[in-house]
Amino acid sequence: MSAALIRAERAYGPLVVALGGLTLAATFASLAIGYVHLDVFAALNDVAHGRASLPALVLVELRLPRAALGCAVGFSLGLTGAAMQGLLRNPLADPGVVGVSGGAALGAVVVFYSGLAGAFSLALPLGGVAGAVVAALALYALVGRGAGTMTLILAGVTINSFAGALTALALNLSPNPYAAFEIMFWLMGSLVDRSLPQLWLALPLMLAGWALLLSSAPALDALTLGEDTATSLGFDLKRLRLTLVAGSALAVGGAVAVTGAIGFVGLVVPHLLRPFVGHRPGRLLLVSGFGGAIVLLGADIAVRLLPIHPELRLGVVTALIGAPFLLSLIDRMRREA
Amino acid sequence: MRIEAIDATVRLGDTNALDRVDCAVRPGEMVGLIGPNGAGKTTLMRVLAGLQPLQSGEARYDGRRARDFPRRELARRIAFLAQEGEAAWPLRVDRLVALGRLPHRDAFFGESAADAAAVEAALAAADVAHLRARTLRALSGGERARALLARALAVQAETLLADEPVAALDPLHQLQAMALLRAVARNGAGVVAALHDLTLAARFCDRLIVLAGGRVLADGPPGVLTDAVLAAAYGVEAVRGEHGGEPFIVPWRASAPSPGAGETGA
Repeated sequence: MSAALIRAERAYGPLVVALGGLTLAATFASLAIGYVHLDVFAALNDVAHGRASLPALVLVELRLPRAALGCAVGFSLGLTGAAMQGLLRNPLADPGVVGVSGGAALGAVVVFYSGLAGAFSLALPLGGVAGAVVAALALYALVGRGAGTMTLILAGVTINSFAGALTALALNLSPNPYAAFEIMFWLMGSLVDRSLPQLWLALPLMLAGWALLLSSAPALDALTLGEDTATSLGFDLKRLRLTLVAGSALAVGGAVAVTGAIGFVGLVVPHLLRPFVGHRPGRLLLVSGFGGAIVLLGADIAVRLLPIHPELRLGVVTALIGAPFLLSLIDRMRREA
Repeated sequence: MRIEAIDATVRLGDTNALDRVDCAVRPGEMVGLIGPNGAGKTTLMRVLAGLQPLQSGEARYDGRRARDFPRRELARRIAFLAQEGEAAWPLRVDRLVALGRLPHRDAFFGESAADAAAVEAALAAADVAHLRARTLRALSGGERARALLARALAVQAETLLADEPVAALDPLHQLQAMALLRAVARNGAGVVAALHDLTLAARFCDRLIVLAGGRVLADGPPGVLTDAVLAAAYGVEAVRGEHGGEPFIVPWRASAPSPGAGETGA
């Protein structure tokens, strides 16, 4: 194990470059692979010269939002998962643990339920963002008054299950079964039929969230040795918690608002990559972001290649692959311990 | 840096963990903090480190309050070694020790040559250099304690607050760690170590602070460990002696029930 650890130590730079390169490659593959054949280079050429050809339209209107959102949402989920695991010092934390994803899903469902979804195209993501903001504010009100990490976990779990209950209530009371179907489908998470305006809505939120989360790397390292030691090393834990809650609210709230809930990416990816960065929580952040992007893009390419119709929902696929994978991981950890 | 606790009172639950405690640590001084379990040693350590909110009283650093300093400056000047040494993640020992350099580093720059040198020196001083590539979980309790001591040493602070740094160590490493802490003090740092071993405390410390029931029972050179103080603090009788001009104190049996009774009322 120690030889592997030493290699991991030295390989951080190359690892970041490799994962960054893979992320770019996966994004490009996501542009190139689809239900109709598309010559990406010819299409790009058309776009560059302002020709509104069919390939150019397919690229800009269909493939580009899907690929870019897959990349950004995957990055958000992986990064937030790593940050939450670092903050809570618990490998089972995931982006949902602070309750923001549940809030975002509920916000979107409310929009569905109220019929606003048909009113204008950004109603759904805006509802999701609003839900995420409300959940984050509820959490903020608590954490801002100096609540500890345990309170944060409990509050997050409570907010998540309350949002889940309200979502179920909306389904329960849904006047027409089609609306209920639509809500359930949306909740399963997907990148299909997303548009550039949705990307422009979510991307700034996610970028701001990434900046907050990535800036916490040294504090998360210090937290390895516990809260007292981290404080004695000059880190303000109250500020750290606020930064991370705000960062995950922005990153995950923005992501869920556009794509629906996509599970397991934020839980599994940091697990998978942790040994490669010598288990250092600070270094895990960036690589988990790239890892999340690669996994999500890969899953999204897979649902397009699979001969199953209607197309499988992304959240379903990530959970189907993620859960058994996590079990095998836990089993391996148990045997190593 | 001179650190003082002035009239410090800390309530934990419905008991006073510290009850109007006054004490000070000066640069170049090795102070042993002793007392029975639950006497308030850890709480006083945390007060001195600026980690513990006080009910009343205050902690002063060169006469100023903690909030008058930038956090990072205080973090560079005071190293704190916590008692419970668990690492959340299986980091390599040398990476753990390097965490002690965080107050010296700018967020996104790598380690400087000074950081690397400080880590090496700390690894060597705590005798864990040969364990550098292991993880904390793969170490014995004593090795783990030494690795964590190395983490605190790597800060190279002018005050070192160590909560039970030798409790888990074997006799040789206890002696080495105490000599190391004293050497740190001789180099000009103020050192406070919470200790249970009376002989180590009496031999290696310049001054002892004896806590019992959240109060300072005695504060002075090792000679303050009189039979009366030991009986009042621990409820034990001790066998004493001298070897090569240095004292040893071995707790021998529970003392006759008279003096301990007054302490619980405090």
